[in-house]
Amino acid sequence: MYPEYMRPSLEKVAQSRNKRFELAKSGKPVFPPMMAEEREDVLSKFHPDYKTESRRKIRIGPNKGDLITTEVADMLESHSRISPDPFDLSSPDYETDILIIGGGGAGTAAAIIAMHNGAKSIISTKLRLGDANSMMSQGGMQAAVTPQDSPIRHYLDAMGGGHFDNKPELVRALTEDGPDVVKWLEELGVVWDKNEDGSMYVLHGGGTSRRRMHSCRDYTGAIILRTLMDEVRNHPDKITVLEFMPIVELILDNKGRCAGGVLYNLETEEYFTVRAKATIIATGGYGRLHIRGFDTTNHYGATGDGLVMAYRAGTKLMYMDSVQYHPTGSVFPEQIAGFLITEKIRGAGGQPLNKFGELFVFPREPRDVESSAIIRECVERKNGIETPSGRVGVWLDSPLIEMLQGDGYINKQFPAMHRQFIRYGIDITKEPMLIYPSLHYQNGGIEINDKCETSIPGLYVAGEASGGVHGRNRLMGNSVLDYNVFGRRAGKFAAQYIKSVKLGKLTLEHIHDYEQSLKNAKIKTDRIAPILLPSYTPEDVRKRQLTASYEGTLR
Amino acid sequence: MATKKAAKKKPPKQTKSKLKPKAKAKKETSKGDMVTVFIMGKAHEVPADATIMGAIEYAGYLIKRGAGCREGFCGACATVYRIPGDYKIYTGLACTTLVKKGMWLSQLPAIPGQKAIYDLDKLEPNVATIQKLYPEVFRCVACNTCTKACPQDLEVMDYIQAAKRGDIEKVMDLSFDCICCGMCAIRCPAEIVQYNVSLLAKRLYGKFLSKNSLELDKRIKEMKAHKFDKEYKDLMTIKRDKLKKKYYNRDLES
Repeated sequence: MYPEYMRPSLEKVAQSRNKRFELAKSGKPVFPPMMAEEREDVLSKFHPDYKTESRRKIRIGPNKGDLITTEVADMLESHSRISPDPFDLSSPDYETDILIIGGGGAGTAAAIIAMHNGAKSIISTKLRLGDANSMMSQGGMQAAVTPQDSPIRHYLDAMGGGHFDNKPELVRALTEDGPDVVKWLEELGVVWDKNEDGSMYVLHGGGTSRRRMHSCRDYTGAIILRTLMDEVRNHPDKITVLEFMPIVELILDNKGRCAGGVLYNLETEEYFTVRAKATIIATGGYGRLHIRGFDTTNHYGATGDGLVMAYRAGTKLMYMDSVQYHPTGSVFPEQIAGFLITEKIRGAGGQPLNKFGELFVFPREPRDVESSAIIRECVERKNGIETPSGRVGVWLDSPLIEMLQGDGYINKQFPAMHRQFIRYGIDITKEPMLIYPSLHYQNGGIEINDKCETSIPGLYVAGEASGGVHGRNRLMGNSVLDYNVFGRRAGKFAAQYIKSVKLGKLTLEHIHDYEQSLKNAKIKTDRIAPILLPSYTPEDVRKRQLTASYEGTLR
Repeated sequence: MATKKAAKKKPPKQTKSKLKPKAKAKKETSKGDMVTVFIMGKAHEVPADATIMGAIEYAGYLIKRGAGCREGFCGACATVYRIPGDYKIYTGLACTTLVKKGMWLSQLPAIPGQKAIYDLDKLEPNVATIQKLYPEVFRCVACNTCTKACPQDLEVMDYIQAAKRGDIEKVMDLSFDCICCGMCAIRCPAEIVQYNVSLLAKRLYGKFLSKNSLELDKRIKEMKAHKFDKEYKDLMTIKRDKLKKKYYNRDLES
């Protein structure tokens, strides 16, 4: 239930709805989309990345001297969880063809394709298999399938959304594989939304010039990932899943190739070694770093673990200065602050409105532009609505969707969103949602080519952990596609690579070297990374956690 | 883990970081309404408007098992609880269920549930498949406990009944929003693992019963024939300002 003081503003939203409906129905743009100069202006003034404190120079490692996101720089300038010395690498505890780090979309897709190419794998995952941002994507997956669309248009949309900084070969791979991914997933049993005649039901997303968003109601990620997980579990002889067992460092061989990793049992606190002919990092993003104090839409384990491991081993990061804030995170009620409200809401006709019930931006700008316009509306123009706990947001008008698409559409197409709000007495078929940008996606990551290879032979990266695919801003629906396209490619090319590789002597020497570079740069820190789990322990509790060398356990 | 030094420089991240720091400080000092809840039997004072997950973390626990997406999609945080003066066992997701005064709660770290191993390509979307892979479905006594236990408010018993009839489409439709938290399975007197039956039915529907898209097949054929190779090559090599111009001049489908 919205508090009484918000009523006058809610009434203004209701009053302007008929007029907005007529305009939307006419097919004309409901608000003029921004041209290049306007985009640059609103981004430079209001996007959180452009604040000077948002970035700092990293002092060590392959990107030394580059400006990167401050919280990421802090995380990278840290100590390893382990000292290499006690590890006997001559007799590893596990041996496999391919070690896959991360059990989300990219990891499971890679394991399945690697299997079809004759390779066995171990999936090491920090939480359960499927505890990943992939599970939470709601709105859809882009793929150019309709006759009026083409992969070339998809390419152009993705490049423009990413401010033309995307790596062309990666965007080509992304858009070129799209249609086949739709088919592949359907053959694995994904239930896509379809029209009566069997053609794909597609909507717009922010920054798309054609409707190409494929969805599974608003449980798109859950349906896809559970299908992939089920397929993984149908092959226990080929794919070993180790849950609550994250990899905390990579292992190299004496020729500088990636040769596996060090496993950590989160519960017994034991460490194990894995020897693998190839390794795929599929650890996802970093939303739980709460960059610039933002709430996040991300899952509990999104702490950027893969970035740290790969960086210590010597790979370069790309566009690590660029953070994605999803335009529509929830701000009310307080219990669901930061939660994702799918962009599909705007794809289906939902509109962001200020406290006067007025549109102030084209509803489907690329995400960074849309977010910046919402921040401008709240911060500069003071046209936001304040919540009882002091947050500010703008309305996202969902009842308009029912008018445009017909009664019952929200219940059919947005069951998750409806459920999320009805728990708190807000019926989104009748009342709008209150939203503000929320930390959502790691635009940059470990640099790869279109075979998912890195600068380290035998090390592959797929999904959100990689960088370059989306330039400095990802479009909606391109991450679900990304983890499928590059997960599959990583599985395929790693399986090909292992056929000829003969590993040398295993080493963790790079951990010593990194430690030395911290010393040389005179960096004094007691940070340890990978972070593994974020801490939400209140300050007064922390003050009493007085075990000597407290490190999150009592041992 | 974050350290003392780091903590001094930067306050540790709270579950609810605020856009306006001043409002946050005010709320913390005023302390708000508190209630007592019993987390695995131990009493803790927690904010009255907290979710169960928020309350567990407020009390100082570091959750290892029992937290995933934290938004109601992954099913990691299945929780059972009782309320004083009430005989019922309640079920909920810790991330989306609010605490209640005197609530006695326990999270279920994992749910044991059998999963059939199968080759999807060799299955048929009918009742015989259900009989073969999940014969216990036919032990359902229609007690409706599963439906009452579902935090998504799905008609679980109805989809199990549909599974008994081999109505794969109905199972898919009714169980579409299942998050596999396992609450139904843990409460079921017939020892059915409903969520895995749902998963099987969805995969059967997607693969065998969903109508084929001719447009999709046509596009895949075009891709295989390298229809777009030249256009890709052109776009990948033109200068940035030309690409920019092309982008801003492209037409938009309404």
